[in-house]
Amino acid sequence: MASVTRDLGIAMTPAPPPVRRQKRSHPVWRWVILLVAGVYFLLPLYAALRFAGISAFGGVFTTPGFGSSLWLSVKLAAVTWVITMLLMIPTTVYIHLRLPQLRRLLEGITILPIVIPPVVLIIGVLQVMPLALRSSVWLLAIEYVVLAMPFAYRALDAGLRAIDVKTLTEASGSLGAGWITTLWRVILPNLSTGLLSATILIVALVLGEFTMASLDLQQTFPVWIVLFDQTNAQISVAASIFALVVTWLVLMLITVLSSRRSRRSGGAEVTLFSVAPRETIGN
Amino acid sequence: MATNELAGDKATADTAPAAGLAGQGAREGTSVSLRSLTRAFGATRALDEMSLDIEPGELVALLGPSGCGKTTALRIVAGFEFADSGEVLVDGRDVSGVAANKRDMGMVFQSYSLFPNMSALDNVGFGLRMRGIGTAGRRKQAAELLDMVGLAPQARQFPHQLSGGQQQRVALARALAIQPRVLLLDEPLSALDAKVRLQLREQIRTLQQRLGTTTLFVTHDQEEALSMSDRVGVMRSGKLEQVATPDELYSRPATAFVAEFVGTMNRLPGELTDGGRAVSVIGVTVPVQAGGPDSGAVDALVRPENLTVTPSETGDGIVTVRTFLGAVTRLTVRLSGDTEVVVDVATTAAAEMTPGTAVQVGLPQSPVLVAARES
Repeated sequence: MASVTRDLGIAMTPAPPPVRRQKRSHPVWRWVILLVAGVYFLLPLYAALRFAGISAFGGVFTTPGFGSSLWLSVKLAAVTWVITMLLMIPTTVYIHLRLPQLRRLLEGITILPIVIPPVVLIIGVLQVMPLALRSSVWLLAIEYVVLAMPFAYRALDAGLRAIDVKTLTEASGSLGAGWITTLWRVILPNLSTGLLSATILIVALVLGEFTMASLDLQQTFPVWIVLFDQTNAQISVAASIFALVVTWLVLMLITVLSSRRSRRSGGAEVTLFSVAPRETIGN
Repeated sequence: MATNELAGDKATADTAPAAGLAGQGAREGTSVSLRSLTRAFGATRALDEMSLDIEPGELVALLGPSGCGKTTALRIVAGFEFADSGEVLVDGRDVSGVAANKRDMGMVFQSYSLFPNMSALDNVGFGLRMRGIGTAGRRKQAAELLDMVGLAPQARQFPHQLSGGQQQRVALARALAIQPRVLLLDEPLSALDAKVRLQLREQIRTLQQRLGTTTLFVTHDQEEALSMSDRVGVMRSGKLEQVATPDELYSRPATAFVAEFVGTMNRLPGELTDGGRAVSVIGVTVPVQAGGPDSGAVDALVRPENLTVTPSETGDGIVTVRTFLGAVTRLTVRLSGDTEVVVDVATTAAAEMTPGTAVQVGLPQSPVLVAARES
């Protein structure tokens, strides 16, 4: 029908000028903004790449401290992720199911780590922590849990809002499932988009955090980059670019794989703070 | 998609899979008793000393306007809410303190409640998995149930690939898969369009009767309640106004609320006579049915089909609207005193009564219900 109408339209009336149509769908200002943003983000990277030189990349992996600091950051990201998920998933689900009136309050509480500077947090914690824990690297993971809380909460909250968690929980219960089974088999699989968003944010946060690690005297990857910068700036910058590219590739991989999986079961695209609700195909 | 919707009835009529389920242990019906259930939300009493007995294998509908407490009652039976006082007895045993997942009740929800991460087959098999049934047995039973609701070809599809009607049929199969002692239906048809709703309600009733599952069904749609149920309980402000068979509810409503909530009802100003045992209305004196006030200003409640109307030049009414409804035609007649009544007459008899025709409205000598006059 559409093609018939189009054919008739062409035969009976002059077609609208194609240039005008193109202008409407691709206005110039969009390209200008894209160009400006691209220059803004890519120019420093290009400058860093020129400063480091291609040869510096070969020396990154053999530089003392590179492997250990990167491994420490990865371990911290993993531990932070585990603690954050163990704390935030039950809390967020419980708030959605039983105490929805407290959602605003929880949103307010979880925003605090963003409002309070990390330097204040770490100095405060170091003052009150027992010595044994103060010297442990895992104290940093606990601190990162606090920092990650706003991001994790919002990602999980968006995921839960996209599904009818109350009905799904009750349906699962009526079929004989207990709370743990419902969480594991029903809620978490349908929360995968929110979980992956939270994971991306936590990993990115921990791999890039400098202030707390530095004040806690732990040589994480960002701290190593800054310290090594004083002896060999080229290697340091090359390591930064390498870390950036690897992190970006990992995050892209997570996003693409999860989106593909999510689409299969009718879920939403993976985004960081918003999840489109599922739709059915009518009556 | 439409083919499968329509296939539902045919599949229901095909008894082989259902016979398998029934043979395997569709249970003897279970009795359910609600005893003096009271539940308050703040200052609002959602349930007020509500009591109801459901016989084994019976389908009872709770019908009422929004906020009357019918869903609260259902959720208390399911174990999702707890009563402030009163008890729920299943086969005589108090289950008030039993968690929802231990009550052995299947439920179909108003909103689509299929697990989005599972196929239709896995959704139906979920309850069986919770009961420790192995993969092969689970899949076989789930496939049988999907076949029973006419969705065998959709077994591998995910909920988002199914229409609303198909999703509710999968939800029904899922609820029945666990061979529940009691089936609870929380307005399962309200999100569907009229055609699918009609098909699915027939399918639910057929399956319920075949399996003999005691069923409590909540709806605000009187047509659904009256057409599907053995008995209907009409609720108002947390209380049951009347529990009766559909025809009794319609023809002998116990209260003015029931009379006006179920079907169409005329209110005709009347005057009590004979000590409240008779009422004079539109010039006719008829006996009063028990259940109304015996003094004061009253209205007589009369169904459209219980009034008669004949063309008459000297009649006290004028036809204002004529609505064709098929076999019957509904006439709106304005009586003297600005009272309007609707009267159903056979379409063949209504041909001559066009708007503007003078008519005489009459009332047969059968008891009528009276209610306090509305100001």
